[in-house]
Amino acid sequence: MANPVKIIKNGIINENPTFIQVIGMCPTLAVTSSAINGIGMGLSTTAVLIFANIFVSLLRKVIPDTVRIPCFIVVIATFVTIIEFMLKAYLPALNASLGLYIPLIVVNCIILARAEAFASKNGPFSSACDGIGMGLGFTLALGVLGLVREFIGAGTLFDITVLPEAFPRTLLFVMAPGAFFTLACLMAILNHFRNKKA
Amino acid sequence: MNLILLILAGIFVNNYVMSQFLGICPFLGVSKKVDTAAGMGMAVIFVMSLAAAAAWLVYSLILVPLNITYLYNIAFILLIASLVQFVEMFLKKSAPALYQALGVFLPLITTNCAVLGVAVTNMQKGYNFIESVLNAVGGAAGFALAIILFAGIRERIADNDTPKAFDGFPMALITAGLMSIAFLGFSGLIKL
Repeated sequence: MANPVKIIKNGIINENPTFIQVIGMCPTLAVTSSAINGIGMGLSTTAVLIFANIFVSLLRKVIPDTVRIPCFIVVIATFVTIIEFMLKAYLPALNASLGLYIPLIVVNCIILARAEAFASKNGPFSSACDGIGMGLGFTLALGVLGLVREFIGAGTLFDITVLPEAFPRTLLFVMAPGAFFTLACLMAILNHFRNKKA
Repeated sequence: MNLILLILAGIFVNNYVMSQFLGICPFLGVSKKVDTAAGMGMAVIFVMSLAAAAAWLVYSLILVPLNITYLYNIAFILLIASLVQFVEMFLKKSAPALYQALGVFLPLITTNCAVLGVAVTNMQKGYNFIESVLNAVGGAAGFALAIILFAGIRERIADNDTPKAFDGFPMALITAGLMSIAFLGFSGLIKL
């Protein structure tokens, strides 16, 4: 069995789902207008990812190969529904601001991709670690994106005002175009460092 | 009148890609050439309209009477997955030419979040059958418009020099951001 720390680190850094694999873009762009929303979305996805990975891994010998994708989707949809109810019950404010994007975790390609590429080939423990790593990598990316956009667009960090009132806010950054620009710049910065290393 | 507004709003104001970030994966993935982008756009229009109609029927004729509306997410995603499979088989048999054109894009549509997004939005807003279908047609046409425009711009950019760090995805995202600003201009057009 592979080293769990290595699997987790792989998900956060080497194969970061957002910056390296560039998958799961819809929630990445849509909910990162503030850091809290981004991290909330990241953690919800992480929870679904961990449980979906464990269950897919446990069922991997039972599920026939030809119908595996629909089976994976049912497993994922079940956990998304559970998470949706939990959020509604315990964090109604977060649920309201994430809105439509909570049920849409089902079609987040990260989860299906990990089920197909990792959980269907590895044991439950490794799969759980993979879920944690990928989930945290995703959460990290969403958190950073949310922080930058919130800071430039609203002058706040985690809803606490940090820029003086007189300082102009660039509203564009909390609106749709800002999401594209911020992600583009973050990726370009990472590319720059990678090019230097190579 | 309102129905026409619903379609126009779907295409311009609430554009799925540009203002709601649904369907970004195919938007970034299959937009390197105008031809393939047009194929993807057509396939999405086709599947999304069918899926919205089917989802409405499943929701109001099965989930509501049985009082299991909380299962909507599982029901919709299964519906979309099987619908896509069915459409693929149907086209292969009865319209091989169309299948040739759309074939490769069909499986990708299952994970296009705009399709599920439209079904969930219709349900949350309580649209009736006709409104649901028109909302889907408008939304899908908006997706097609956005992806074809985007592919056109990317074809041009491919021939230009960009800073090395911006090669590939970052440049595509910047382009999408600029397009998104243009689409913001429509935002006051229609109030729904």
